[in-house]
Amino acid sequence: MDSPFPVLSIITLTPVAGALLILLLPRTAKQEARLIAAAATGFSLLLALLVYANYDVAFANSAQSVREMFQFQESTSWVAALGINYHLGVDGISAPMVLLTGLASFAGVLISWGIDDRPREFMAFFLLLVAGVYGVFVAMDLFVLFFFYELAIFPMYLLIATWGWKDLREYASMKLTLYILVGSVIALIGVLAMYFVAGDATGTYSFDMVHMLEVSAMPNSPFDMEIFGIDGLTFARAWFPFIFLGFGVLAGVFPFHNWSPDGHVAAPTAVSMIHAGVLMKLGAYSALRVGVQLLPDGARVHLPWIVFLTLINVVYGAFIAMRQRDFKYVIGFSSVSHMGLVSMGWATMNVFGMTGAGLQMFSHGAMTALFFSCVGMVYDRAHTRDIPSLGGFRKVMPWVAFAFVLGGLVSMGMPGLSGFVAEFPIFMGLWNASPTIALHIGGWSLMNYYAIIAIVGVLGIIVTAAYVLRVVQQVFFGEFDQEHYGHLSDVTVLDKAALAMLSLSLIILGVWPSVMAPMVESGVRPIAQLLLGGV
Amino acid sequence: MENFPQLVPLVVFAPLLGLLINLVLGKYLGERGVGFVAVGAALTALGTALLLWMSLIATGYEPTVVELPLMPNWINIPAAAVDIAWQFRVDTLSVTMMLVVAGVGSLIHFYATGYMHGDPMYPRFFVYLNLFLVFMMLLVTGNNFLVMFVGWEGVGLCSYLLISFWWDKQNRPADPVEAEKYGTLGWRNSIAGRKAFIVNRIGDFGLLLGVFLTFWTFGTLDFYKPGEVPIAPRHEEAAVVEHEAAAAPAEGEGEGGPLAARMGVFNQAELLIEEGADVDFGPFSLPIDVVVTLITLFFLLGVTGKSAQIPLFVWLPDAMAGPTPVSALIHAATMVTAGVYLIVRSNVLFHAAPLSSAVVALVGTFTALVGGFIAMGQWDIKKVLAYSTVSQLGFMVAAAGLGAYAAAMFHLVTHAFFKALLFLGSGVVIHAVEHGHHHAHAHGEHAEEEDVFDPQDMRNMGGLKQRMPVTYITYLVGTLALAGIFPFAGFWSKDEILADALNVGFLEGRLEGYIAFGVLFIAALFTAFYMGRQLFMVFFGEPRTEAARHADEKAYGMQAMTRTLLVLAGGATLVGLINVPRGFWVFDWVIPNHAFTDFLEHTVVYAHAGSAQMLLAILAVAGGLSMIWLAWMIYGKKPVVQGSKDPLEVTPQTKGIFAYANARMYWDETYYRFFEGPFNRAAWWLADKLDWAFLHDFVHETILYETYNGITRLLTRPIDLGLIDGAVNGLARLIQAIAARMRRLQTGYVRVYALSVLLGAVVVVLLMLAPVLSDLLGG
Repeated sequence: MDSPFPVLSIITLTPVAGALLILLLPRTAKQEARLIAAAATGFSLLLALLVYANYDVAFANSAQSVREMFQFQESTSWVAALGINYHLGVDGISAPMVLLTGLASFAGVLISWGIDDRPREFMAFFLLLVAGVYGVFVAMDLFVLFFFYELAIFPMYLLIATWGWKDLREYASMKLTLYILVGSVIALIGVLAMYFVAGDATGTYSFDMVHMLEVSAMPNSPFDMEIFGIDGLTFARAWFPFIFLGFGVLAGVFPFHNWSPDGHVAAPTAVSMIHAGVLMKLGAYSALRVGVQLLPDGARVHLPWIVFLTLINVVYGAFIAMRQRDFKYVIGFSSVSHMGLVSMGWATMNVFGMTGAGLQMFSHGAMTALFFSCVGMVYDRAHTRDIPSLGGFRKVMPWVAFAFVLGGLVSMGMPGLSGFVAEFPIFMGLWNASPTIALHIGGWSLMNYYAIIAIVGVLGIIVTAAYVLRVVQQVFFGEFDQEHYGHLSDVTVLDKAALAMLSLSLIILGVWPSVMAPMVESGVRPIAQLLLGGV
Repeated sequence: MENFPQLVPLVVFAPLLGLLINLVLGKYLGERGVGFVAVGAALTALGTALLLWMSLIATGYEPTVVELPLMPNWINIPAAAVDIAWQFRVDTLSVTMMLVVAGVGSLIHFYATGYMHGDPMYPRFFVYLNLFLVFMMLLVTGNNFLVMFVGWEGVGLCSYLLISFWWDKQNRPADPVEAEKYGTLGWRNSIAGRKAFIVNRIGDFGLLLGVFLTFWTFGTLDFYKPGEVPIAPRHEEAAVVEHEAAAAPAEGEGEGGPLAARMGVFNQAELLIEEGADVDFGPFSLPIDVVVTLITLFFLLGVTGKSAQIPLFVWLPDAMAGPTPVSALIHAATMVTAGVYLIVRSNVLFHAAPLSSAVVALVGTFTALVGGFIAMGQWDIKKVLAYSTVSQLGFMVAAAGLGAYAAAMFHLVTHAFFKALLFLGSGVVIHAVEHGHHHAHAHGEHAEEEDVFDPQDMRNMGGLKQRMPVTYITYLVGTLALAGIFPFAGFWSKDEILADALNVGFLEGRLEGYIAFGVLFIAALFTAFYMGRQLFMVFFGEPRTEAARHADEKAYGMQAMTRTLLVLAGGATLVGLINVPRGFWVFDWVIPNHAFTDFLEHTVVYAHAGSAQMLLAILAVAGGLSMIWLAWMIYGKKPVVQGSKDPLEVTPQTKGIFAYANARMYWDETYYRFFEGPFNRAAWWLADKLDWAFLHDFVHETILYETYNGITRLLTRPIDLGLIDGAVNGLARLIQAIAARMRRLQTGYVRVYALSVLLGAVVVVLLMLAPVLSDLLGG
């Protein structure tokens, strides 16, 4: 399905245009820079809503070919010699992500209004970052995907290194960038290998995802050819872990999560919001799109053990969050924990669990953006994030307290909020997948263990309740230090607007998941079919 | 009348509307306006529940399923055959619960308009209270386990919010262990709220697993599908027809197939158990009765959390930190009975799992005993009632475990009235004593007062009978009802439970019946004793403090409170008459027997009417009266020993036992040592050792970072400078540049650098996009 005008390109390029416009402004034009940034992200958000509203679920469900699975497609040759197409499109998984990016970026601009240190540059970089994120979600060409992926990382580096928390920013920005770069380079090598293998076999060298999918689905797919003459070792099986975990670094998969809390803590608030809210989803999304979808046979072999990593993410992240003294580290580790649920959902390899994972990407994105904005608002006023020395902030910032409690409830899976409608399918998906999945290592095999993973995962949610309530109780309730914090002002109207926007999306999705679940389902069903998984 | 069930969403939406109004306009409405809206919302829910009740009677108790208009779907994933809808269920069980929740709820809302008078967060309190009604109604009206779970979690949230309502308030440590843990100022209310929430999460974990397993086994979570009638053994003729009709097309279908689309969980369970079907778990399969046993045991864990049973009851006494109307509504009358409701609602499953039922019965029985025992050693007027609630919930759960579902529900209803009455009465007492305290201080007569005055400590009371006659009379009614004295409400319901336990033991010869009967009987004696103790300590004797001397029930705002007490006292006296057993004296001619059981039977298929045991009734009443007499001898006749000692405490023979009860049998300390401590240590080890010291400092900082630097140095010095020079060394220089420069980033430098990178990036993007852009613009 083609759109009458290149809406996805406009969504992606509007922030770039905004960034350019801001750079043309004089140094003193701070307010104008903010306004332009708000206008650019707001415009993209509106278009993202338009795309979301016009996404045709019925059409996607009746798609006959790979090409029909994606909507709003735009395609034009870019570097013809290398088979690179500027090919954009969204399916049921990426359309919600585009909307999430719009929400998080617009909210990010709103709560960054108070940045007075070179707001021009800040906003310009921020817009560039947003453009990169949009680009990945709408890319249907692997080269375009990588192009935007890297485009997102560089402004991120500069934003953290320049506007970040002074004590940690240089270290953290460096660490984050290197980790993600290394991961993406590994994945890139895998993608190049796919490009050549597919090209050698078919004679058409192309990065286009549609082409790759068709190659992958061929009866004697080159991806399923044995390599190195080792019995059972196919191209797909050899490369899948590299691609999945290479992207997984950005999704914070254990043990490659080390960059993430440092990065989140060091980043300025809006960047943390985009980073934890959206950027980590780039990793999970790309791991699915490139890894699972193109190499389903590899996924079938490897996800049964990768699921253990995701379980560690969930439980371990929650335990560690429990111990942190720094408010922002708690949220950082909570992201590690919750992103584990997304990868866990992919690992179910069935429609149920993967739909949950898709919903969890959106839910966690909005939730963690909300969390980070709350932390930022407290920190901006109290100038400390040390949990024991904060307390009673409910008194001065009732809105923030409300938003944080709401986010906390989402994160501990309160039914009626979005976290539950995402987690419930993930755990049910695990449970349902349990009889069909077995892990074989050598002569030893493990059966029916997904149910155990579901049980331990649900236990992890109890730990989540423990750490969330600990923070809520200490920071927002607890003793209020009248002397230190008595003079603090409440948050601004713009802050409240950002909080309200994110909170509302969590509630709406929780009470009425039908606004998103069918869409996500239409996106994951073809992938689950590739995996030959059941429901 | 046929269309009345369509009104059921109103029981949820009326309080929702109320809370929204108070949330937005609360500031402007003033106390009267806020109270009017909140009470009005509760009364609307009550009116709706009454209409539903009438329509049930008019339509022959036909159950109805009502979908939420506009947005019936909730979690709907067609490809995975998941369709969980916002459906409400109107049947005799849900209407009973609605009447209790809305009835007691409205009264408590009204009471709270007086109790919360002058509180700076008055509107917020009523927002929370209405929110609680919303979730409680969802819990009891939901037609599937997941909507019920929404309510289940939601009421937990409201409980958390309301326990922490006065989050700033400190509670003096009750013993040295607490003092060591929280400091001499004690724990804050918000800590009690957190404890309640987390302990409940452990229970919810069990419930959720039970729900997973239910879904796996039956392929649906609906109790019954719309239009489906329970297959019931007792409605024999109808059942056979229904049964055949349902079973016939199911031939050859596995579970999870179309059967799930036509049949709810409970009827499927009946069918599958009759067939002796196996449940497939891939590599292995289990017989259906084993699976049902597992499901019900998981449910039981949920019940122990929400309904405060062993081992998870420890949160409920701490929850008394919340305002007293909250204790009455949430922690006595309604929310904590959700577990009992769950068991009764799932009676088909529990009936099919004798093992689980036995465990349920024993858990309830011993909870009743432990709660009653601890209650005898408490000083705090609300703590006594809290442990009493634990104990009485134990009675209900035990009854449900023994298969006496009607008796369990009956006790739930009567308990809602008299326990709400007692809590609200204690609220008046606390209010009056606190008032008296201020009064005494205003007159400068505070010689004997401590610095921190605790208006809830019964040692600070005494002799309130004369100054607070209405409160006294109503409290007396509540006490007699709770102690099970004829003819008050508690007598009927408790007696039915005891009689049922006796039957299960002696007639069916089941061990848990014997145990339950014996232990529950002792627990009933405990009940009479601690209530007598409380009554005499609070209302009899001489006032022990200035505050008690100045206590007054006629202060401003207290009329609403005492009026509520009168209404509830009427309820606590009469509500037992709804389910009088057959063959009980003159009552046989005056009122219908088993009216309540007959009502319930239309929904709770395994409910059965209890039989009157005249001898047992006489024995129980005599036991209760003698325990009250014993309490009179100890606490009433002579004044309580001054200097905060209990008469039992100074008697050498009872000293140890009293101390044990007073220290709450060391449950909290044990949990702290065996669960909380190890949990914290595990978190410490994972976070500080594994993640930080090992992964962060060692793997990352030492191995990765040093190796990287090593390579950089190698490439820089010997290779780059020594061998290669100039243009060939892109990689090395890049690494060198990043490694060397980034670490020394200076603000002034970064500005230039950042800008150049940005410009560079933009130029690159533009260059790369140039063909596309021209294409797009051109095309």
